[in-house]
Amino acid sequence: MNDASNAPRRWVPLALSGPALALFALMVLLPLGLTALLSFQQFHPERGVEGGFTLAAYAQVLGDAYYWEIFGRTGWVALLTTVLCVLIGGPEAYILSRMRRPWRSVFLLVILAPLLVSVVVRAFGWSLLLGPNGLVNQAFEWLGIGRVRMLYTPIAVVVALVHVMLPFMVIPVWTSLQKLDPMVENAALAAGATPGIVMRRIVLPQVTPGLLSGSLMVFALSASALAIPGLLGGRRLKMVATLIYDEYLHELNWPLGAAIALALLVVNLAVMLSTNALLEGAYRRRMG
Amino acid sequence: MAFLTLDGVSKFYGPMGAVIDMSLAVQRGEFVSLLGPSGCGKTTTLQMLAGFVPVTRGRITLEGRDITHLPANQRGLGIVFQSYALFPHMTVAENVSFGLEMRKIAKAERAERVQRMLSLVQLDALAGRYPRELSGGQRQRVAIARALVIEPPVLLLDEPLSNLDAKLREQMQFELRRIQRRIGTTTLMVTHDQAEALSISDRVVVMEAGRVTQVDAPLRLYEHPRSEFISGFVGKTNLLPGRVRREAQGSSVELANGLRLPVEAVGHAEGDAVRLCLRPEKLHFAADPPDSRSAVDGPDGRRAADGPDGRHAPDRLPGRIVERFFLGSQWLYRVHTELGDLEVSCANDGSAPRAEGDAVQLGWAANAARLVAADGRAAAPNA
Repeated sequence: MNDASNAPRRWVPLALSGPALALFALMVLLPLGLTALLSFQQFHPERGVEGGFTLAAYAQVLGDAYYWEIFGRTGWVALLTTVLCVLIGGPEAYILSRMRRPWRSVFLLVILAPLLVSVVVRAFGWSLLLGPNGLVNQAFEWLGIGRVRMLYTPIAVVVALVHVMLPFMVIPVWTSLQKLDPMVENAALAAGATPGIVMRRIVLPQVTPGLLSGSLMVFALSASALAIPGLLGGRRLKMVATLIYDEYLHELNWPLGAAIALALLVVNLAVMLSTNALLEGAYRRRMG
Repeated sequence: MAFLTLDGVSKFYGPMGAVIDMSLAVQRGEFVSLLGPSGCGKTTTLQMLAGFVPVTRGRITLEGRDITHLPANQRGLGIVFQSYALFPHMTVAENVSFGLEMRKIAKAERAERVQRMLSLVQLDALAGRYPRELSGGQRQRVAIARALVIEPPVLLLDEPLSNLDAKLREQMQFELRRIQRRIGTTTLMVTHDQAEALSISDRVVVMEAGRVTQVDAPLRLYEHPRSEFISGFVGKTNLLPGRVRREAQGSSVELANGLRLPVEAVGHAEGDAVRLCLRPEKLHFAADPPDSRSAVDGPDGRRAADGPDGRHAPDRLPGRIVERFFLGSQWLYRVHTELGDLEVSCANDGSAPRAEGDAVQLGWAANAARLVAADGRAAAPNA
């Protein structure tokens, strides 16, 4: 009796999650699998993709300093973007959580507004601002600093990436600040702590999980960003995503492009999983 | 000069007064409760004392020192918050130790004082746990330990027991009092629970709409409430509307049914609208008076003897029992009379209770009735 009444229930969750699983398999797993297969195929400069099985593409990526340099640059640009997002987004979220009624929603909207505008439009916006005759350089000249070459350098890429990524830092930090009991800060003050100590010993440890998940998102998205480095880094300053794009569409070396894409995926995964294991594990018991 | 004084302390948010002209003197070692309904300004008062809310006007002194504008982290007061506000990322021992660390106390002494405080609140075994691994009562005790470990001159308690279930709350009331007696810290507690205020304080400060309306010891507050609001807020009460009549022999109160009862009507003029307060436990069924020496029935059924204070005992009030509730240690009856529905409580002494629908005669000792000015708030006309 029991088995009979339980049996139909067992497939219900599967049936309910089925459509989403099917969509995920079709849209993510299948292309990923095809890309993986592609990365092991042979490529001939004149005849194109020839099939077969070879590790030539991987050997090329691992053996050539050119690719290491691009991976390295992508790494530090993503890391710098993440650090700047922490430094700007953290305080921003704290100030936001301390704001009163109408202002809080107004400024939350200001922070989220960039998400409503296409990345391409924002990239062009930044190229106007950072260009040789842009507003920023005009200001520099007026201040007596003189012109600085920013467009088509990592500076432009980092500035634009920080702008694009900030909401992904502010939102998780804001969420963890929402869970904070404001009286906890008062309790620390009453215990004799100065505002600085309250921030360092009481607030910061409690929002660390938020900063961490924000950092992981920002890093992963920055490391695989295409439009910003493509438009603000120019043709010569390559990042991994623009490199993949070029291999696919200009060199037509699909196996190499696929191999670089998978390498990026593996590096990204490794960074995320190790950070997660290292830091979040320490917080699990305390924060639940 | 008192240990802790508030002198005309006020807090205004724009034109709105949260606390108005609050003055209070607390002696060293005293346990004082601020009692009032929500929004009466009691928590704002506590936060001004703690230094979390700036004072608009007035002066606060502690041991003769003006602390009105001293930052919260320099006042050195112990505070237990309603939400406990424990540091969630620190263990019990780290929570308690935090205040000592801020005072730059050496590690060995710190550990020893934390240990001593944790054993005072009986939490020695849980020193390594995180707050989220504790029950409500345990968190409460960590909060108390954290507040007391810095040996504060004053302990402030903000609704400390309101998040606990009834049984635990009662237990913690006694525990709180035990700890406070043992270390003798001057304590101010904010509460909306009159039973809590009565059971553990030396004095109770009743607040209403930002103002202090009565300051008294618990028994005096219960027996001599100064207003209709207080008599209803502190304990249960029956309020009978009436008017003051001044006569040659003395004053009396004329109730709605024309009955005149002699009462002491100090401060009330002829014709003043008043309420006669009768606590449910001060009413009794006249067939079984609680004190046979003071109530001997006359031949016409009227009580002839004088009350203990020498004044005339009131007439009996006929009524009918409408409802009956069993509360374990006592029975609570609702009796319908010509003066309205009255609540009567009788100790459950093992004798058979009265039944619903029974006709009864209500009596009370002359000195059991209190007169307060009607404040128009809960003027209940005859039902």
